[in-house]
Amino acid sequence: MRLLSKKDSKLIMDPLADNNPITIQVLGICSALAITAQLKPSIVMAVSVIFVMAVGNVVISLMRNIIPSKIRIIVQLVVVATLVIIVDQVLKAYAYSLSKELSVFIGLIITNCIIMGRFEAFALANGPWRSFLDGVGNALGYGVILIIVGFFRELLGSGTLFGFKVLGDPVERTGLYALGYENNGFMVLPPMALIVVGIIIWVQRSRNKELIED
Amino acid sequence: MAIDTDKNSYTVIFAIVMVILVGSILAGLAQGLKPLVKANERFEKQQNILYAMGINANEGPSDVEFISTDKVEDVFNSTITNQYIIEGDQVTEDPEAYLLDIKKEEALAKDPNYVRKLPLFEGVKDGKPIYVIPIRGKGLWDAIWGFVALDKDMVVQGVFFDHAGETPGLGSEIKQRYFMDDFEGEHLFNESGAFEGITVAKGNADPRNERKTDNAVDAIAGATITGDGVTAMIKKDLRMYVPYFKTLK
Repeated sequence: MRLLSKKDSKLIMDPLADNNPITIQVLGICSALAITAQLKPSIVMAVSVIFVMAVGNVVISLMRNIIPSKIRIIVQLVVVATLVIIVDQVLKAYAYSLSKELSVFIGLIITNCIIMGRFEAFALANGPWRSFLDGVGNALGYGVILIIVGFFRELLGSGTLFGFKVLGDPVERTGLYALGYENNGFMVLPPMALIVVGIIIWVQRSRNKELIED
Repeated sequence: MAIDTDKNSYTVIFAIVMVILVGSILAGLAQGLKPLVKANERFEKQQNILYAMGINANEGPSDVEFISTDKVEDVFNSTITNQYIIEGDQVTEDPEAYLLDIKKEEALAKDPNYVRKLPLFEGVKDGKPIYVIPIRGKGLWDAIWGFVALDKDMVVQGVFFDHAGETPGLGSEIKQRYFMDDFEGEHLFNESGAFEGITVAKGNADPRNERKTDNAVDAIAGATITGDGVTAMIKKDLRMYVPYFKTLK
């Protein structure tokens, strides 16, 4: 027995590769630039977006027949904002230190255009289960890129991963630094995120020529 | 019966119902969780003050661990012996001075006739009196704040910084050990005895921070504006306490 039908698993798998929201649809770039200087915030952001996107898609899908089309964008915005505020408040009450750590990311979720994009393009026209899968799939596709970018930026920019000094100590000059290696300070600045995303897009398109637009 | 979702009246009613519904859910949630959030904020202040004094649960060299929330109230009460509110020349004791809203005081102080209330917490560590002062300023995106622990000569004994929304990996690093630890032992007065503060300096000739009397610590790369904010809040807020520290001598 398969867990998901072929059509349903396509909803999860497509955004991970050939229809990735960041590298193919070029959505959600701003948050991809802002928070990927380190690996940990990238992962936290990915998890938060999976939650908001999956729940939001289901809510919008359930309401799809009663939402007036004239104000649908506003309704979508209200749904995202409400979910984000609920998450923020609950974290503040029950997991204060975690909420401190997430600080600005929670708010940043609202500005993520992938979420609005999926509400508009998918949840308004599909049932709750399929919308749920679509939400999880797209958020995962977004998260994967975030984590890849975060990994390279933290490793090459600060020489650490999750804050651990994996390449040795730059001040004491141990490990790789003993050989004259230097951290690339440019990697921690936002423009490098754009360049890393650009490299991912390049690699992906040269492996799959169908993705190249004319 | 199908509803005509294109009608104007339906749109208006939908919008009103949605706003009332969402508004009451969020208001109810915020109200219900308020006591928990307040308690968390109070514990956090206590933890931060103790951290600035060097009382923490750090294990590794890059840890920033506070005294745990269930113990912090007791530790705070036994460590902090006195809390004062300074208003001009007047010094009054107030056991809840640490809850004073600095942001509100800053706003009130815009009125030139207002005498600003300055909180000060006195504690003892290793038999030495330590004075902790809250500071507050602006970073790149949002507020930054912190606590500075001083001895009676205004030599820094420890600091704690925090921020509302500085850039992760750049400005947000002000709350990392490698930045905060540099402040320890720094002097606020220059060699001629005038108040100078501590500058978060780029191109510092002293990256390991061996000179404690140069009134400078090494900046974080890529976080110039946040660093300048730290410099500014130390200068501005600690200067106000100088008259009080003169009375201690």
